[in-house]
Amino acid sequence: MSKILIRGAKVLGGEAQDVLIDGETIEAVGTGLSAGGATVIEAEGRILLPGLVDLHTHLREPGREDSETVLTGTRAAAGGGYTAVFAMANTFPVADTAGVVEQVYRLGQEHGYCDVQPIGAVTVGLEGRKLAELGAMHESAAGVTVFSDDGKCVDDAVIMRRALEYVKAFGGVVAQHAQEPRLTEGAQMNEGVVSAELGLGGWPAVAEESIIARDVLLAEHVGSRVHICHLSTAGSVEIVRWAKSRGIDVTAEVTPHHLLLTDELVRSYNPVYKVNPPLRTERDVMALREALADGTIDIVATDHAPHPHEDKDCEWAAAAMGMVGLETALSVVQHTMVETGLLDWAGVADRMSFAPARIGRATGHGRPVSAGEPANLTLVDPAYRGAVDPAGFASRSRNTPYEGRELPGRVTHTFLRGRATLMDGKLA
Amino acid sequence: MMRHLISAADLTRDDAVLILDTAEEMARVADRPIKKLPTLRGRTVVNLFFEDSTRTRISFEAAEKRLSADVINFSAKGSSVSKGESLKDTAQTLEAMGVDAVVIRHGASGAPYRLATSGWIDAAVINAGDGTHQHPTQALLDAFTMRRRLVGRDAGLGQDLAGKRITIVGDVLHSRVARSNVDLLHTLGAEVTLVAPPTLVPVGVGNWPCEVSYDLDSTLPKSDAVMMLRVQRERMNAAFFPTEREYSRRYGLDGDRMAKMPEHAIVMHPGPMVRGMEITAEVADSGRCTVVEQVANGVSIRMAVLYLLLGGNESAVSQTRTEESK
Repeated sequence: MSKILIRGAKVLGGEAQDVLIDGETIEAVGTGLSAGGATVIEAEGRILLPGLVDLHTHLREPGREDSETVLTGTRAAAGGGYTAVFAMANTFPVADTAGVVEQVYRLGQEHGYCDVQPIGAVTVGLEGRKLAELGAMHESAAGVTVFSDDGKCVDDAVIMRRALEYVKAFGGVVAQHAQEPRLTEGAQMNEGVVSAELGLGGWPAVAEESIIARDVLLAEHVGSRVHICHLSTAGSVEIVRWAKSRGIDVTAEVTPHHLLLTDELVRSYNPVYKVNPPLRTERDVMALREALADGTIDIVATDHAPHPHEDKDCEWAAAAMGMVGLETALSVVQHTMVETGLLDWAGVADRMSFAPARIGRATGHGRPVSAGEPANLTLVDPAYRGAVDPAGFASRSRNTPYEGRELPGRVTHTFLRGRATLMDGKLA
Repeated sequence: MMRHLISAADLTRDDAVLILDTAEEMARVADRPIKKLPTLRGRTVVNLFFEDSTRTRISFEAAEKRLSADVINFSAKGSSVSKGESLKDTAQTLEAMGVDAVVIRHGASGAPYRLATSGWIDAAVINAGDGTHQHPTQALLDAFTMRRRLVGRDAGLGQDLAGKRITIVGDVLHSRVARSNVDLLHTLGAEVTLVAPPTLVPVGVGNWPCEVSYDLDSTLPKSDAVMMLRVQRERMNAAFFPTEREYSRRYGLDGDRMAKMPEHAIVMHPGPMVRGMEITAEVADSGRCTVVEQVANGVSIRMAVLYLLLGGNESAVSQTRTEESK
């Protein structure tokens, strides 16, 4: 493999430096590095980040290849600057056995756009009744460490307690989709002023907050770590802040869409805004941004949820929940966190690479940009401005809430172990 | 006048008064031996009903026929919809057959809005009730009934409902009738009070232009009209209230409670009534109860809406006179 010299990029938003990649690793970081025979990428004004890591992606394969496959999903990931994604377990069949997680893992390796780390289901069939073979999935070639019934809440307190305890044996973590099922029967959107007016079934904040409160207390009681998926309310932030102050081993993620969009958009009845957990209020959005800035929320995770057009081109109640996010996540974070002064680029590197890799134990990812480290890197042009055009997505699905919206920043290059998966904005 | 009628909240005071005044003109047609106007001759209206509602469908159909429109009734049951056809495909299929207006009833809140705004079809869309969202022609016929009874048939022309005190009682949470009425009555200057057990009032009601009370008895003496909403018995199973009897005791309208209302005050109900639940037979059959009038007024209101949305700017009545002089 030939050498690549990235010249003059601001590493983590700091001083401009040259980064020389040799094969799969970073050979040197410094100023005035000589190109030698290396391919030179002129990167003045660009930001160099460690390759992004998404702890929450739906790749849909196996089972729903009409909406996404491991290939199209990892191409979308590379386009969005990601070098590793954690693939959620709610496929058909469910990723609740070693066989399924190994299949997904191998597909990721074969295609080579982005490392795919499968997440294993906590319970058999995501049914919440019987623990899946968590140990077997951990010991498989896929080496699963994150377990989640995402899409469904592990609502049985005893099952949740056992799962939290059981995965301690191999350093695993349970990622909870916090949604009290009885409080959200028939839920269509955030319960509040807008749902009252629109006559859509309400998804109350308390349905999320009560589960988070229970689970941080369970984690404390059994001495386990717990991860909270797509935290969406100001109240949830308060609970996680309290839990952390108490020393409970809890981590939490927020999606890009919950950092930007509110339930006011539902007034259009356009199902492109239908997502679970639902878009909340302006007050929640501001609390989430603040919590991501102060570290109460550890990471940004996309909850990339592709759906075919027909599942969104219909009336609200009939539509599927979810939004694609891999190809717009960094732009939304730049818009909501960087350009508001809440987070610098080093902070972005932490929330979108270092911390998610740490939580998910993704070896080789979320590493510092320094000599000897794996060359998993993302180059961003922060000055770029442009309207989101879903026609250009690599994802098989187009269900983005940002169509036509102007967002800043563009990933120009992504390197996975020294190989460019994205080059000058084009997938390799 | 707007192109679609999706929500009562979209109507200005002047729009609403125009519809009520036009409905009075339409009502006169009903008093004639030949109850028909040529206004919508050659125009096609489809009644697209995804939810069973014989009353509303017949009311629209009567209105359409009195305006000489060609009427197509489409019921989702037994149609391609039950075989999985989407709302979009159904609507486009109908439009391809040359439909000028779609009257839609749908169980999903927002379905008529989607139909009107998604670029799927060009026809005018009239909401005949969507989920727990809106039922604007119901609110219009209710306002029409109130104006006739509380202001006067002739005295009411050109008038709104300024200062009238309207109480709406029952399952507000699941009621598109309540939402539409709150919006329209507020626009027309009335003061609205919602009365319900707290479980049947939506979270977020604080932003609605009305008062909320949990006590029916204290509200009745201050009401010019009391509108009872239907309460479905199955709500009891979801713990919205303990028993049917307790609901009736606290929120049902019986003869004793009706006696607390001012002399002139009327009792309304959008139908179908659940006698013995929210309303006793004594009240339902009394002269103060306007249920049957509301049904008759519904046809006039729907004629007015169809005429104003589809008929252009000519006066309905002058056209009628021309027709009669022939």
